[in-house]
Amino acid sequence: MSLDTFLSSSSTTTKRPRRLTFSRPAKRLFFLGLLVAGVITLFMTLNSRGNWDFVIPFRGTKILALVLVSYAVAVSTVLFQTVSGNRILAPSIMGFDALYVLIQTVLVFALGAHAASTLNPQLRFVMEVAIMVLFAGLLYRWLFGRTRRSLHLLLLVGIIFGVLFRSMAGMMQRLIDPNEFAVLQDMLFASFNSFDRNLLWVSAALIVGGSVVLWRIGHTFDILALGRETAVNLGLNFQRTVTIILIVIAIFVSVSTALVGPVTFFGLLVANLAYQVAGTYKHRWILPFAVGLSILFLVGGQMVVESLFSFNTSLSIVVEFLGGIVFIVLLIRGVGR
Amino acid sequence: MFDTYQKQLGIAVLAIIGLTILSIFIGVSDVTPEKLFANSDDGRTLQVLLISRIPRTLAILLAGGSMALVGMIMQILARNRFVEPSTAGTVESAGLGLLVVTVLAPEMPIFGKMLVASLFALMGTFLFLRILRSIPLRSVLVVPLVGIVLGGVIGAITTFFAYRLDLLQSLNAWLTGSFAGILSGRYELLWISLVLMIAAYIAADRFTVAGMGQDFTTNLGLNYNRVMTLGLIIVSMVTAVVVVTVGMIPFLGLIVPNVVRQMQGDNVRRTAPWVIVIGAGFVLVCDMIGRVIRFPYEIPIGVVVGVVGSILFLFMLLRKDAHVA
Repeated sequence: MSLDTFLSSSSTTTKRPRRLTFSRPAKRLFFLGLLVAGVITLFMTLNSRGNWDFVIPFRGTKILALVLVSYAVAVSTVLFQTVSGNRILAPSIMGFDALYVLIQTVLVFALGAHAASTLNPQLRFVMEVAIMVLFAGLLYRWLFGRTRRSLHLLLLVGIIFGVLFRSMAGMMQRLIDPNEFAVLQDMLFASFNSFDRNLLWVSAALIVGGSVVLWRIGHTFDILALGRETAVNLGLNFQRTVTIILIVIAIFVSVSTALVGPVTFFGLLVANLAYQVAGTYKHRWILPFAVGLSILFLVGGQMVVESLFSFNTSLSIVVEFLGGIVFIVLLIRGVGR
Repeated sequence: MFDTYQKQLGIAVLAIIGLTILSIFIGVSDVTPEKLFANSDDGRTLQVLLISRIPRTLAILLAGGSMALVGMIMQILARNRFVEPSTAGTVESAGLGLLVVTVLAPEMPIFGKMLVASLFALMGTFLFLRILRSIPLRSVLVVPLVGIVLGGVIGAITTFFAYRLDLLQSLNAWLTGSFAGILSGRYELLWISLVLMIAAYIAADRFTVAGMGQDFTTNLGLNYNRVMTLGLIIVSMVTAVVVVTVGMIPFLGLIVPNVVRQMQGDNVRRTAPWVIVIGAGFVLVCDMIGRVIRFPYEIPIGVVVGVVGSILFLFMLLRKDAHVA
């Protein structure tokens, strides 16, 4: 019943000399904030042709969705890595978001397509999140709980769980009558180009709620990063803290997957970049850096997709490509040891 | 007269023949032995049998047997029991090749498309082996991990271009393994995989030796690189043939050889027939499940094997001694 297995290698990767030590994190964070403000302004105004009555609400909700997703992915990944004590695991790599898609599908399957499409979307969303928290909790307790398991085994098992959940969702979607399925397709396949506007406010509420919980236990993050033994020695209720964090992570992953669909490697990308750029290992710096970078990339990326490719590609494909390469590089460098 | 090995193999082959016959009589159109001989419907039943059912069943046997066999060859050559075409970027590379040739030369005959896909599969596999060489191999599990993610990266390239060219739906239809579209005239390419299986069986002892490592192989007077190249060409061509005609069948080449290894050990000449027989039988059963579970609709084999295969793979990984091997 302990999480120590996957906490064993926590502080081994911190020895690389940092190049950016000339400046303090606050300065860099300020600069990042300026960049984020710039990219958001650009997103709101680019090619708007003065039609503000339409542009502001339309792009405003879009920005809100992107910011929510950025925040959810960045925070959940950084905390997942803190709890698991390494730099390469991420909720989405461990199959969290595939699990959410599976839950969505099973719910539609259980309720019947008609009932599911007439059900209040917010209510359905909250139900899905509740089931997600339950199952994600059970699954990861089981994976990380019992015997000692190597990090590579966990990674591989997580990826295969992702394949399993995706295949099961695919199978269920085909078990639904094809005619009924057509009705549900939009509900099940959110993407950056067509996110679900119905869920925006519920998502925002969930994110704020989760953040309040995290804020209250925020002082424990740096202690958790020291590893299980040290944290317990320092008087932390380790089991309880980790459980709370895993629940919030499950909620955040549900929110981002419900809004824009699964994105496997994005969290890994921004978290590792945040460690590099922040130049510190304190969470009060790393978390804002990760969130800022995440917003910068998602909003900037979506802008490039919309204006440069005129919607003719999807941001998640590009993220998958770059993130996969970064993942392999991390493995080669031995970060995942 | 027969030793135990031959007897057991014989029983397995008989079981497969039984399943084959069963498979032929499952489907939307009502085909039964009585109807076949009743001669009352102007040979319509016979037509369904010859045009759809028998080609489909043959395709299943050929694809299942050959994918399982190349999985084993890859495991021996890479000296890692978690490697197979879908955990090494081979399948995704073949898919990319198929997309490229379909876009650039849509008129090319299917055989030519297959060759291009083989070439891409070969390059993808070489890239995988190249990356592996630069990784400090501390754990056997890193190898499939890198392979799966490499496959994802190559898959993202394919999806990127398919999305831009509005081919995403067709691409998904091609690449999700399914025998639903198999008709007489659309599966014959798979006979190439039979030829390749025979070639692999002839070279079986060389693969066994190569699996013992470069120095050992060279000591025995074999050209290690040549054996490796031969093996990879067989792997790439079989993968390409199956991807072009049927689509992706994930984890097949991983599950079957590992089950057989538990029973029969590591000698390729001994295990190869078993791997082929069990591979064919596994796909046959999965395909029947896919056809029956949502009758009269059909669930593609790629999805069924995705579920069954990933459960078996997880089981292999999480068994107590899994990481020792």
